[in-house]
Amino acid sequence: MNKTLYYILALVIMAGVTYLIRMLPMVIFKKKIKSPFINSLLYYLPYAVLSAMTFPFILYCSGNVISASVGTFVALIASFCKRSLVTVAILAVISVLLTQLTITYLIPIII
Amino acid sequence: MENLLTFKKGIKDGVPIALGYFAVSFAFGVSVVSQGLPALVAVLMSMTNMTSAGQFAGSAVMVVFGTLFEIVLTQVVINARYFLMGITLSQRLSEKFTLKDRLLCSFGITDEIFAVAVTQKQLINKKYFMGLMLLPWAGWSVGTLLGALAGNLLPEILLLSLGIALYGMFIAIVVPAGLADFKIFIVSGISILLSCLFYYLPYLRLNVGEGTAYIICALSASIIGAIFFPVKVSEVQDE
Repeated sequence: MNKTLYYILALVIMAGVTYLIRMLPMVIFKKKIKSPFINSLLYYLPYAVLSAMTFPFILYCSGNVISASVGTFVALIASFCKRSLVTVAILAVISVLLTQLTITYLIPIII
Repeated sequence: MENLLTFKKGIKDGVPIALGYFAVSFAFGVSVVSQGLPALVAVLMSMTNMTSAGQFAGSAVMVVFGTLFEIVLTQVVINARYFLMGITLSQRLSEKFTLKDRLLCSFGITDEIFAVAVTQKQLINKKYFMGLMLLPWAGWSVGTLLGALAGNLLPEILLLSLGIALYGMFIAIVVPAGLADFKIFIVSGISILLSCLFYYLPYLRLNVGEGTAYIICALSASIIGAIFFPVKVSEVQDE
């Protein structure tokens, strides 16, 4: 099999499989599920997924535990103050960037 | 009703996701091209898949010209969580969601888009979901393109800082929900504890992939929640 054909087949198969995994449950589960257990589970699931995806990974996302911790702290405070998603995300990015700049450029100058 | 789910609100809610996706897909573009895949393949993959872990794994198979069956297998295993998310999402769709809408919107199920969508107070309509998936998809595709073409032109310090955008957004979703319903904090605390075990215990870290670990942590925590703190999920109103 030549390279181009392989890439085309691989891309089509990958896209197809990924799409099917997403599409099937959306089309199959049209009726509302009645079970209180399943409903409670589905109620908690998104928050549980997000929490597991965030911690501890957020602490290592900037390649520096200190700047990432500052960003995490700022994001937590802003969220407890009920700021919007965009605001929290931007504040977190800015605080990581400022901390990282301070660590990389300012502290070596002072020391 | 406050906070109507319009197309515009979807676009706005998509901004932080798009920012985070841009950073991650930029890294994806850089790494894939450096391993020898053509830039066009990387971009097409991003445009048709929009899934981070799945694409990193899939491209790793393609770099060594692995079998097509391996590609199917990696995608099924890594993206199985989308199936679960699809079930949850299907329960939160407005009555006006037609089959065509379902076929269209299911493409946009990613960890982040799913999380923002299902944590809305109202049932989701098509306009909102389409708005929500648009910018992240664009960010994901353009990020891959720029990463594949321009490699290391953006200062690394900025790229690394952008990486926290996604996580910041996750926190901004969970915290207000937990403030409104403390049970959510308990379940998310259990989930975090398990996630830390999977990360810090060498045996688990080496043997369980990240995508699988999320699902185990989240499912266990949610099952505990469903057993000990069952909820009546009937408060969600249609628009």
